[in-house]
Amino acid sequence: MLLEVKDLRKAFHVGLIRRKEIVAVDKVSFNVEPKKFISLVGESGSGKTTTAKMILRLVQPTSGSVMFEGKDVWRFKKINELRRYWREVHAIFQDPYASYNPLHKIDRILYQAFNLMEHSDTDRNKMVREALREVGLRPEDVLGKYPHELSGGQRQRIMMARCYMLRPKLIVADEPISMIDASTRAGVLKLFSKLREEHNTSVIFITHDLGLAYYVSDEILIMYKGSIVEKGPPDEMMNNPQDSYTKRLREDIPLLYGKWDGF
Amino acid sequence: MALLEAKGVKAYYYVRQGQVKAVDDLDLAIERGITLGLAGESGCGKSTLVNTLMMNVKPPLHLVEGTIVLDGKVISNMDRSTLQKNIWGVLVSLVPQSALNALMPTMNIEGFVKDVIRHHMSVPDSQIISMTKKRFEELNLPVEALSMYPHELSGGMKQRAVIAISTLLNPKLLIVDEPTSALDVCCQKQVLRMLIDLRKTGITQSIVFVTHDIAVLKQIADWITIMYAGKIVESAPTDDLLNDSKHPYTFSLINAVVTPEPEVRKRGLTSIPGEPPNLLDPPKGCRFHPRCPKVMDVCRSVEPTLVKIEGNRIVSCHLFPSES
Repeated sequence: MLLEVKDLRKAFHVGLIRRKEIVAVDKVSFNVEPKKFISLVGESGSGKTTTAKMILRLVQPTSGSVMFEGKDVWRFKKINELRRYWREVHAIFQDPYASYNPLHKIDRILYQAFNLMEHSDTDRNKMVREALREVGLRPEDVLGKYPHELSGGQRQRIMMARCYMLRPKLIVADEPISMIDASTRAGVLKLFSKLREEHNTSVIFITHDLGLAYYVSDEILIMYKGSIVEKGPPDEMMNNPQDSYTKRLREDIPLLYGKWDGF
Repeated sequence: MALLEAKGVKAYYYVRQGQVKAVDDLDLAIERGITLGLAGESGCGKSTLVNTLMMNVKPPLHLVEGTIVLDGKVISNMDRSTLQKNIWGVLVSLVPQSALNALMPTMNIEGFVKDVIRHHMSVPDSQIISMTKKRFEELNLPVEALSMYPHELSGGMKQRAVIAISTLLNPKLLIVDEPTSALDVCCQKQVLRMLIDLRKTGITQSIVFVTHDIAVLKQIADWITIMYAGKIVESAPTDDLLNDSKHPYTFSLINAVVTPEPEVRKRGLTSIPGEPPNLLDPPKGCRFHPRCPKVMDVCRSVEPTLVKIEGNRIVSCHLFPSES
């Protein structure tokens, strides 16, 4: 088992005098095996991003555990264990612009990846160029540029190029393609599949679009108000949804060849 | 006569490096009683075009050439104050991208409505409020939302409120720029339903819907116009365009749409290679030729013109030469 999420719960406390508890995530459990593509689908406020942040060690859970290869990620004892976790679990966020320092050139974010790698004696230049070509970018188009000079699709591909260099075991992708054009979405999705085929990478794909999840996933988890309401293989979710929320989510997807009722 | 007619419109951004030809020699007519979908990748000039259509041009954007006639009035030579007083909000309304963030965080919706309407007519506040309440009921929006502050409303609700407020004075033409791109799928449907209601109730005559998501256009548009690099490449009734696209760019754009349908699953995931061109220096000949799968020698040097095919459809591609 690569990742085991058990009974994860996160409650936020708000208010100074009248304390109020907001439960963002409750009783979330799932497993990720190597080379599996898991989708977490739900609307805004359903707790998908909070779950992702807890897996990434960015938000501490109120209770429950996240086990990566048998070790609780919130109980690492040595700095080396933490560094290894950072190398093997990679995050891709919705807004690629926010992941960059606007004052640093693109090269820097790519070369920074070497700090996490053990073998530092490799030909760095060659590796960076190879990774960029792998994600469909021409090195001469992007190297030496600042983040604002690139398009959204290019920025997201550079994050993917970093993934190629680090070869993580798990990618946590939070709405990675909702800010990029429909015309380049398929390209980024294909990159995930390629990584999975070539390097056995697992992906946790977070999205509000059940239609996208249907294409790429091995398993879909539907989240609603902080809990998982239904899970199963994509075909089952699409053709025979059980939960009323899943049904609604399914009906709300705009279709290319069919029309909604009453439209 | 069409509700809006634009002829030979050239809208350029004057920047230090030169001219960005965001809209280049473009003709467009918007008929009465239709929803027109305007689609294309980011940076193809869609937003610039709709801003130009209502003459919302501010430096660095300039209308270099062309005439725009809206409901029989030539608006391309009007000055900004006349437009503000007599045209915007009254004849044509634009809901720009991420308009839901236009609401004042420290003002409730009611206050915002008063602020907007006072610019157009001098009526007592009580009348503005009763007018707004009636409109909200007509469009199935909760009237309670009027006394709420933006942070208390969901994204979809904010977007619908903004659209309802922009159409309070019954503009004949409503332009919405990517109204659903920032929303969840469920809220998206509510916004689209409201746009349909706006036309059914006769509040607006025509709607221009700008988006990069063609599946959304299938749901609400009667007619789709595809733009690429500042030019119209194809324009046709929705079903004709989706089932039988003529321009290679339209074909690629439709094939890039990912929806959970057997037809889509069969063809698999495809994306358009490369990036849209830099409009400071667009490619010679057909602007799509560097990315086109069916490129021919003539495409590299000669620019194609829009020709009529099969009834009212138009396409601009050397695969469809004009008959003359």
